[in-house]
Amino acid sequence: MAAPVKVYGPTLSTAVSRVLACLLEKDVEFQLVPVNMATGEHKKPEYLKIQPFGQVPAFQDESIAIFESRAICRYICEKHADKGNKNLYSTNPLVKASIEQWLEAEGQTYNPPSSALVFQLAFAPRMNIKQDEESIKLNDQKLSKVLDIYDQRLESSRFLAGDEFTLADLSHLPNTHYLVTVGNRGEAFSSRKNVDRWWNEISSRDSWKKVVEMQKSK
Amino acid sequence: MVMKVHGSVLSTAAMRVLIALNEKGLEFEFVPVDMRAGEHKKEHFLALNPFGQVPAFEDGDLKLFESRAITQYIAHVYEDKGTPLVCEGKPMATVVVWMEVEAHQFDPVGSKLQWELLLKPMFGMATDAAVVEENEAKLAKVLDIYEARLSQSKYLGCDCFTLADLHHLPILTNLMGTHVKKLFDARPKVSAWVADIMARPALAKVLAMRNQQ
Repeated sequence: MAAPVKVYGPTLSTAVSRVLACLLEKDVEFQLVPVNMATGEHKKPEYLKIQPFGQVPAFQDESIAIFESRAICRYICEKHADKGNKNLYSTNPLVKASIEQWLEAEGQTYNPPSSALVFQLAFAPRMNIKQDEESIKLNDQKLSKVLDIYDQRLESSRFLAGDEFTLADLSHLPNTHYLVTVGNRGEAFSSRKNVDRWWNEISSRDSWKKVVEMQKSK
Repeated sequence: MVMKVHGSVLSTAAMRVLIALNEKGLEFEFVPVDMRAGEHKKEHFLALNPFGQVPAFEDGDLKLFESRAITQYIAHVYEDKGTPLVCEGKPMATVVVWMEVEAHQFDPVGSKLQWELLLKPMFGMATDAAVVEENEAKLAKVLDIYEARLSQSKYLGCDCFTLADLHHLPILTNLMGTHVKKLFDARPKVSAWVADIMARPALAKVLAMRNQQ
């Protein structure tokens, strides 16, 4: 039996938690390797060997070392296609195309405003960095427009890519969790009927609850 | 029924899809979207892409948006045609890594530079020198990492040309026509890679299409 896969980075990182949620959905055993970002460990030569951009997460299994959370998630799903949640990243080309479309939408359209807000609202205060009110206002507006489109989509579809919970939905969990808790942006989600339904459903999944527990215990 | 690409030849995202289709030698119909007239925000286009962005794509009953999802679809479903834009087996994981790098490290910075240096002047707006300087510095750091990567690998993803390289072409084409070119020229491996991928016939075909419109 293969050794547990390794994920490098703190559970509090949105990108790291994206990968952890995927591993839990797929029932793939993993070992979390801490990276001390407060002391700049992620910018040191040893770490840059496995993630040249000096960001978390990095990932290793017995055959490969990769980075970029969404690439890691796709790899885990393809390598362990028969394990855990088989619908997460369908092998059917037409279903997969829809998953890829919404995974790209998350990465290109949802992620920029939501991660800017997560930084400003959740991390900046902790790091004693002054919040940028302009950025918050701008990104609240952008997020609002995106959520309107999501609400429209989720009117006719249970999950983003279709009837099943997939990598496309999973990818939204980390940023959204911070937005609705520490970020005080719950209303943006709860005020939109279909987004509210969708968020409640995806955030109640056992895999995500476990990740949130892991974040609390660090 | 022939595949359709809805977009504008000036859109870097639409170009990504057009290049992929040409690499594969696939027949398709290009349906221009008049963005100046706001066509991309109208009902009939929003039905194809609810985000009101180009491109949108149709293959029979399948409708898709997001250029990188479309190119992946094309590369997988038509894998036996034209240039294989993916790798089979293990190296594909690394191709996917560098596709994400393009999307999250290169594209944001490249897009800002092309907006400031090429698009704003076209719309009669003033270039913000501070934004240009800031993003040139960011791009330089990204290209240093590309230089190291291309010292270990012929192309970004693996030893053959894949989507990981292709996705850079639209913004590269634009940036190489500005003073930002020097950042690429200053790094030998990057410079050679740029020259190699920009010499591909599929790109020339798409640029010819662009010049005709």
